[in-house]
Amino acid sequence: MGTLTREAAAREGAAAFFAGREYHPGSLLSVEDLSVADVAEILATTSELEAMDVSARAKVLEWRTLALLFYESSTRTRTSFELAAKSLGATTTLVSDKSSSIEKGESLKDTGLTLRALGAEAIVLRHPASGAPELLARVTGLPVLNAGDGMHQHPTQALLDLRTILLRLNRDAATATADTLRGVTVAITGDIRHSRVARSNAMLLPRLGAKVILCGPQELLPEEASDLLAGNELPSGAGIEIARNFDAALECADVAMMLRIQKERLLGTALDLGEYVARYQLNGARLARYPKLLVMHPGPIIRGLEIAGEVADSAQSAIEEQVAQGLAVRRAVLVRALGVRQ
Amino acid sequence: MSELLIIGGHVIDPASGVDAPRDVLVRDWKIAAIEEPGRLANLTKSLPKELRIDASGCVVSPGFIDVHVHLREPGQTHKETIATGTAAAAAGGFTTVVAMPNTTPVNDSAESLAWMTDAARNSAVHLLAMPAATVGSMGERITDFAALVKAGAVGFTDDGKPVLEDHIMRAALVAAARLGVPISQHAEDTRLSGGCSMNAGPVAFRLGLRGMTVEAESRIVERDIRLLEEIERAEGLRPHLHVQHVSTARALDAIRNAKARGLHVTCEAAPHHFTLTDERVGDYDTNAKMNPPLRCEADRRAVIAALLDGTVDCIATDHAPHASHEKEVEFERAPNGITGLETALGLAMRVLHKENSLPLARIVELMSTRPAAVVGLKGRGTLRVGGAGDVTVFNAGAEWLFDARQSRSISKNTPFDGAAMLGQVKATVCRGRVIFRG
Repeated sequence: MGTLTREAAAREGAAAFFAGREYHPGSLLSVEDLSVADVAEILATTSELEAMDVSARAKVLEWRTLALLFYESSTRTRTSFELAAKSLGATTTLVSDKSSSIEKGESLKDTGLTLRALGAEAIVLRHPASGAPELLARVTGLPVLNAGDGMHQHPTQALLDLRTILLRLNRDAATATADTLRGVTVAITGDIRHSRVARSNAMLLPRLGAKVILCGPQELLPEEASDLLAGNELPSGAGIEIARNFDAALECADVAMMLRIQKERLLGTALDLGEYVARYQLNGARLARYPKLLVMHPGPIIRGLEIAGEVADSAQSAIEEQVAQGLAVRRAVLVRALGVRQ
Repeated sequence: MSELLIIGGHVIDPASGVDAPRDVLVRDWKIAAIEEPGRLANLTKSLPKELRIDASGCVVSPGFIDVHVHLREPGQTHKETIATGTAAAAAGGFTTVVAMPNTTPVNDSAESLAWMTDAARNSAVHLLAMPAATVGSMGERITDFAALVKAGAVGFTDDGKPVLEDHIMRAALVAAARLGVPISQHAEDTRLSGGCSMNAGPVAFRLGLRGMTVEAESRIVERDIRLLEEIERAEGLRPHLHVQHVSTARALDAIRNAKARGLHVTCEAAPHHFTLTDERVGDYDTNAKMNPPLRCEADRRAVIAALLDGTVDCIATDHAPHASHEKEVEFERAPNGITGLETALGLAMRVLHKENSLPLARIVELMSTRPAAVVGLKGRGTLRVGGAGDVTVFNAGAEWLFDARQSRSISKNTPFDGAAMLGQVKATVCRGRVIFRG
């Protein structure tokens, strides 16, 4: 790979783009790419890496090179990918759209080929356009890790949410089967339409046995959201449902996953901000009714909007733990991407 | 005097009602004789081989006519030129194409129209043009229709964009009606479709792409039909609305009803809309991105039903070449459109004839007879004696796989690379000259 000329790389990339639909097997573009066995393996690797001695762990990806390519701002995802890679001993380089030739109009393809020519063995990509990771994976042939693309997918977020749920519910967090989340109901509430986190969780958790309730007003949650797993064979009791009434959804939920709401997205809806808060905010009064409810949020949170500050800070909240699990799970997907067997 | 003999084939010419084995003699760019086998035997012997086409086992049809192509010249010749685009047309069996005006600059004047249709452009087929309906296709002020028709315009369109404003569309329909040409409308309410890159529905939702609703198409079609009625009533004119690339059941219903009420509405369907659905976008294949987008299976079936029942007048390719570097980008940023001239017959035959039992004569109607009528071409779309010497010879039973690399077009942006085709062009004759042999 590393010895390819730029021209040959372009040719090869174009051929892959137009003919095959093959991606490097270390890629993680969508949770759809992951079988239950793949999820089990990632969780097992996560636990193994976590249990390792710090200095031994720092040799796992020693001398390996990773590029972080960020076309969107990010705190949690970028930092945790970077810290995960460094804790494994890898060399990382960060390229963002603000400080690179992307500003001069360089295409995603050429940016990817440049990073590859500089020795990047895998690329972590965040991009505002849905499907950008697929394009990058096709044209570079490298393992590409999707760190969030448009409204499409954020697969490592779903994996870290899964591990958080398993640990908080005292289930085995080192493996996964179609029964792993049997009997667990996860209510995901807010702007589902624009959320890659909602799509990723809704397309992963039911395959492990969970029932996912998507909750929000019509404008932010179209009916076709219930078709996200159409064509998949799901464990009994698992699936995706749609709810408009937040209190009814909470009534059945073990986990409440709240999503950030952007004020401008409410403009086209029948709701004003006050009404949205009244109907869909997870506040202290609602939380008080469900003392066992696990509260999650992928961040960034807007306190006082989709979630009350006191709820985010409560003992039932796993928000900070989610961030910590992000570091753990991303170590495992980096190891998977670079093909290192434990 | 130049002569060309097409012998041993089965002539299908819906305009003259011929559907029988016939030999065809073309002399001096015109159809000179259509005779039962054997009657032209003397000529057969005297003409040299290059002036004979052995059509045995083939259908001999009037040359195909595509009322909707983008040839990209002037201004975007890295995508296509008039010479290469029309070479692709010839390979696809087309002898007449109608060029859309969204070139750079926009074709909106008699001068640009004359430049485009000049012999120096080396068109392989009859090249006609529909200039812009509004200056620069900006939707604000209609172009000089009278001067443009005098220069050869066969209709007007702002294709790629709709004529959105009611009063502008009304003025365009009135002016075109006075000159006896159609307004060809790209029916898309862009106020509803901003930022959309594929069809609205479960696939778009899963892929996280903004979806274009069926209403974005049907609302403009319904609005235009209301305008036709209004103009007929108020002005005593009979405007002709041609709806481009109809892709939804709802718009087709509106057109079917308008036709039943006697309004002068025609429409076209593109092969990709009767062959593929939005599932084909797959994992962001930009060669499945066009506007209007690939729709759901119910809409695809509705397009086929409308082709079968005659609601759709003609098949038009919306041939829209783009360079690979332009398509090899993020899906939402990729330009709309696919090439289509060389796959139109193969898909029409496979999907409409084989899978949906549309008779061969109806295929010929959709590819030649009726598109000639849509743009008012006299003496074309038929093999009547005295008509244009434009003939397409194709083997209706040939099964083959399309190979985009072999395309005559400069661009290879097609979702049909490697796709199964039925029906292969054996020869294309334009003005009595063989312009393609397969």
